[in-house]
Amino acid sequence: MTSENTTKYSLRRRPKSEKLIDESFRKLTIAMAAMVAVVLVSILLVVFFESTEAIGRYGLSFLVTSEWNPVTDEYGAFTAIYGTMLTSLASLLIAIPLGVGTAIFITENIIPEKIRNLVGLMVELLAAIPSVVLGLWAIMVMEPFLRPFLKQLHENLGWIPIFSSEPIGPGVAPAILILVVMILPIITSISRDSINQVPDKLREAAYGIGATRWSTIFNIILPAAISGIAGGILLALGRAMGETMAVTMIIGNSNNFSWSILSPGYTISALLANQFGEADGSQVSSLMFAALILMILTLVVNIFAQWIVKKLSLKY
Amino acid sequence: MPRKIKQKKNICISLENVSISYGKFEAVRNIYCDLPKSKVTALIGPSGCGKSTVLRSLNRMNDLIPGCSLKGRVLFEGIDLYNPQIDPVEVRRRIGMVFQQPNPFPKSIFENIAYGARVNGYTGNLNELVEHSLKKAAVWDECKDKLNDSGYSLSGGQQQRLCIARTIAIEPDVILMDEPCSALDPISTLKIEETIHELKKSYTIIIVTHNMQQALRVSDMTAFYNAEELEGVSGGKVGYLAEFNDTEKIFNSPDHKTTQDYISGKFG
Repeated sequence: MTSENTTKYSLRRRPKSEKLIDESFRKLTIAMAAMVAVVLVSILLVVFFESTEAIGRYGLSFLVTSEWNPVTDEYGAFTAIYGTMLTSLASLLIAIPLGVGTAIFITENIIPEKIRNLVGLMVELLAAIPSVVLGLWAIMVMEPFLRPFLKQLHENLGWIPIFSSEPIGPGVAPAILILVVMILPIITSISRDSINQVPDKLREAAYGIGATRWSTIFNIILPAAISGIAGGILLALGRAMGETMAVTMIIGNSNNFSWSILSPGYTISALLANQFGEADGSQVSSLMFAALILMILTLVVNIFAQWIVKKLSLKY
Repeated sequence: MPRKIKQKKNICISLENVSISYGKFEAVRNIYCDLPKSKVTALIGPSGCGKSTVLRSLNRMNDLIPGCSLKGRVLFEGIDLYNPQIDPVEVRRRIGMVFQQPNPFPKSIFENIAYGARVNGYTGNLNELVEHSLKKAAVWDECKDKLNDSGYSLSGGQQQRLCIARTIAIEPDVILMDEPCSALDPISTLKIEETIHELKKSYTIIIVTHNMQQALRVSDMTAFYNAEELEGVSGGKVGYLAEFNDTEKIFNSPDHKTTQDYISGKFG
């Protein structure tokens, strides 16, 4: 029997070549993984060293002044930092209820499955639109369409600082809305996945003791899925802070600081995209400094995202 | 409120010519059955005979399954539970359910019980209710020092008793149990059965079980479901109620040979 077996199965003893393949595959994966780290660290280093001149000259005052004058070599990134924070946080504020609501809508059996799948597909296709196309759409269609409404806002609520200027075209408000469109698919699809991962037995448990659908969703399902949803939201925040093309096209690219969301503004990424082409000397260094700030911001957001996912994830 | 329909005395739930289908597939057909009040009724039968389906139809849990439909009438206190004016949420508040897998909420032990009471509009003292429910489900001793720990910190059997306590806390009239011990070890199973004995003093209990010894130990009445191949129905068996009688009668001298064969383990 034994001899028959050894003749039939030729791989009982592994040949040297196979072991070599195993070993080299292991090394290859290590090399690939290391590559990611090397790229990340080297980008950080390059950006940091390029910006040392600006850091030395302005220090932290770079963060709070909004001068940007290549002629007199005076630079401050406050407008861009404010614009980045404002656009990303405001778009998040709008996109969270929309995105999580859509995710609930397409995971719970409120409507027939075919329609749900269609809505889900459409949200996913939204993510496939190139940002330059969205920017174009924002300039040509959305902004002219919105302007009367924004005018109304200014006329009726002009006493609030964020509505204190006349909308004249491209500005922060349309940029916020286009960011909503861009981050909505992220929030929706990640929320949908995490809601789907909530085991059905929890749903049954809630319905089985007479909970309404509303209560089941808000007290049982969402808390059970919150870690994934929070992770998705923070990923979306990272995306919103770094988004360049569409925002550059619609935000108006003005470094004059204004609290108002109806006036043109700037974000760090738009600032970089606009100015790198013709920058030299200390302007490059200042732009690198701004880039460093943006990188640190997004890194912090991402690390925070991972932390929150770990912190919030429930055992079930 | 829909019109009341007269039911026999001491009967809690009556199934009148009930057939349940998933889409086009008919799971059980033409069931007539009167489930007595304040007794334990066991539903037994081979896999796929539709006993869980019948159980889940009693508190409209099947509504959550797309495509599931029911013909016939399910009467509870003289009211047809499938009347369009009936709100399934209210049905489930009167007829609670314990599931096959222990499924506590990912919340503290206290919250697990308080949540159900709250959605049912409980206005009394929650601490008392939690203690009372846990005691009734015979899990208070294990839980009393860690009411703020997650429900998942308990063992499987304790989790299941927590789920029973959660159901008791909404003070239903009927408790449905869908193979409550199938995921548990023998000792936990015995504890759950003791709990059931305790509970039948105050509730009507309907339990689905694969374990015939368990049916014999806990139930007063036993319903034996079987499935048969039907002519003209492709690829499926249809469940039906084969025999329904006192547990003693079913296990000692059943009327039908299939019942005898099933309880003596010849198929199943």
